[in-house]
Amino acid sequence: MKQPPNALGSLPSDPSPRRIQREESAGFDRRIIDYIHNAAAHGLYEIRGLGAKRSLPSFDDLVFLAGSVTRYPLEGYREKCHTRTVLGTRFAKKPVELDIPITFAGMSFGSLSARVKEALGRAATELGTSTTTGDGGMTQEERQSSKTLVYQCLPSRYGFNPDDLRRADAIEVVIGQGAKPGGGGMLLGQKVNPRVAKMRTLPEGIDQRSACRHPDWTGPDDLVIKINELREITDWQIPIYVKVGATRTYNDVKLAVHSGADVVVVDGMQGGTAATQTVFIEHVGIPTLAAVRQAVEALEEMDMRGTVQLVVSGGIRTGADVAKALALGADAVSVGQGTLIALGCNHESYFQDGASHGAEDDYAMLGTAPGYCHHCHTGRCPVGITTQDAILEQRLDPMIGAKRLKNYFQTMNMELTTLARACGKSNVHHLEREDLVALTIEAAAMARVPLAGTSWIPGVTGF
Amino acid sequence: MDSMSAGNSNGAAAARTFDLARTSVRELNQFLHSDLAGSGIGHIDVLHPSGAHSIAVGVNHPVDIDIRGQGGYYVGGMNKFANITVHGNVGWGVAENMMSGSVRVTGFASESAGASGHGGLLVVEGDASLRCGIAMKGIDIVVGGRVGNYSAFMAQAGRLVICGDAGDALGDSLYEAVIYVRGRIHSLGADARQEDMTEADRAGLADLLKRAGFPYDPGEFKRVASARSLYHWNADANQEY
Repeated sequence: MKQPPNALGSLPSDPSPRRIQREESAGFDRRIIDYIHNAAAHGLYEIRGLGAKRSLPSFDDLVFLAGSVTRYPLEGYREKCHTRTVLGTRFAKKPVELDIPITFAGMSFGSLSARVKEALGRAATELGTSTTTGDGGMTQEERQSSKTLVYQCLPSRYGFNPDDLRRADAIEVVIGQGAKPGGGGMLLGQKVNPRVAKMRTLPEGIDQRSACRHPDWTGPDDLVIKINELREITDWQIPIYVKVGATRTYNDVKLAVHSGADVVVVDGMQGGTAATQTVFIEHVGIPTLAAVRQAVEALEEMDMRGTVQLVVSGGIRTGADVAKALALGADAVSVGQGTLIALGCNHESYFQDGASHGAEDDYAMLGTAPGYCHHCHTGRCPVGITTQDAILEQRLDPMIGAKRLKNYFQTMNMELTTLARACGKSNVHHLEREDLVALTIEAAAMARVPLAGTSWIPGVTGF
Repeated sequence: MDSMSAGNSNGAAAARTFDLARTSVRELNQFLHSDLAGSGIGHIDVLHPSGAHSIAVGVNHPVDIDIRGQGGYYVGGMNKFANITVHGNVGWGVAENMMSGSVRVTGFASESAGASGHGGLLVVEGDASLRCGIAMKGIDIVVGGRVGNYSAFMAQAGRLVICGDAGDALGDSLYEAVIYVRGRIHSLGADARQEDMTEADRAGLADLLKRAGFPYDPGEFKRVASARSLYHWNADANQEY
């Protein structure tokens, strides 16, 4: 028998008579709704690890103009392409000499386990590059394993001492970090175990929040004197880097040079961290792409390119990123998050005692999953990298880790030289701005290279 | 380098004089770092410092150093083992990050005296300016006069003794360092609180005052330490973060 339509007018055969509306608000999308729910429930801002997750103009928005008729390329498999890199030639008697222009970024013991620091040092030594300490001082493991070790002088001065200063191959005065320019370091209580606490002269288990300003100087004129003191203590032997988080990069680089830096390190907003407020990570600083151009302009205006070296960091992931940073004017790059991922960060399994073990349950315990995890701040890293837990840290074998890091950096270096040869360069440091064009107007404006297929650089040249 | 005198038969160590009117700070520090060890020299006089920065920084050897005049920034910075006396005033960061030994200033000290010091004794016979003892990590500091605002800010370990008055926000965000104040405290910083003096406080303070050369009775001092309410994230302490 034929049935009449119901009161709402749906057909009797329709299995879902009620329409569920799914029009998402652009302003109050699911991410923002979750943020407000979380804030209302806890009354504290979110703290997390790693770097910005939002979409930003990046090196992906640039492409190389390789050789053809106007330029000729070098033979990719036969002709040499040099990668040797020297940092700190301005004042230091012993500049840092590296085989490749790719270095390991500063990451602390505390945020990382001692086994990870050892893996970094071993890989760097084999690759002929440098590692950098972090907020918390120098560990014996890292000094022993890393041939070239940069010692950070941070606002907290945790673990900072003259003996380690004299054992360092360079000093990095950290003024800011790309993930949180203007903010201090942070290490939550779960990671402040007895060894970390002792190195930092802090009570065990406290939520450690570092200072954002140095305790004994303020402003660029003081920094001149501070750098001079560090040089005096080390008898002018080793280079002094100054690291800034990318904000007012043009002026900051000029002031760092004025202050006497041998090397300026510019860390863009894609840079990672072990823990900080999400609002910092996503809303403070400028993208690395924009920062590198500003830094190079500052050096060029001061006639300091080649005298003061520029190291760029913040979201460097691939050999292409390295090549583009160098073409824009960097002398070297530093890689942080990429190294953690190479070690197994966000992998679904870890390798221990000769076998692979699934880690998905441990990710689930943290309320996340492989590919999405940013829970470095918890100290419960499922793959044993960003932890101080005696059991979890065993999930990372320093020897295996070192091999993976070496493979990753070697791959990036091969990609770098491949691109350099394609552009006709026998030395990666000969890559130049003219080798690049941009795919977006934003990238063209930030990097000051032409939009592809045009001669247009927004703000510089007309159509 | 100016002059050198040999040790005598009474066991007095040999001495050396550096006149900074004619010798650079670089030459002085290079000597202290390289040539001092094994030289038999136990006393160094530094003349005409004229406010120069980084005098006697990074010393890593037991030696007595007398700086006869005004010092600039970072006098005695990162000192280990040496006993340094400045017969005058000093600029910022005197004895910053000191590990051991001592630094004595007969006059006044500018900002951040003893910043981040790990050990040893810093004595300022006059007043010390802002942020005295900031981020201290085990050093003992005794100030004969007053200290400025934000002294012992984020101080982690060690003792700061203030024989005069203290400025605003004393001991803000303190960790485990302890402050003793004889005079008036203008205001306490976040998480700092006044506590009762114990017998151990009085005994330790008496010893410290004696070593610093001040004749005060420990009973005249107040103790300030951390309330430890900011050691962990706390939604109810909203503005304190």
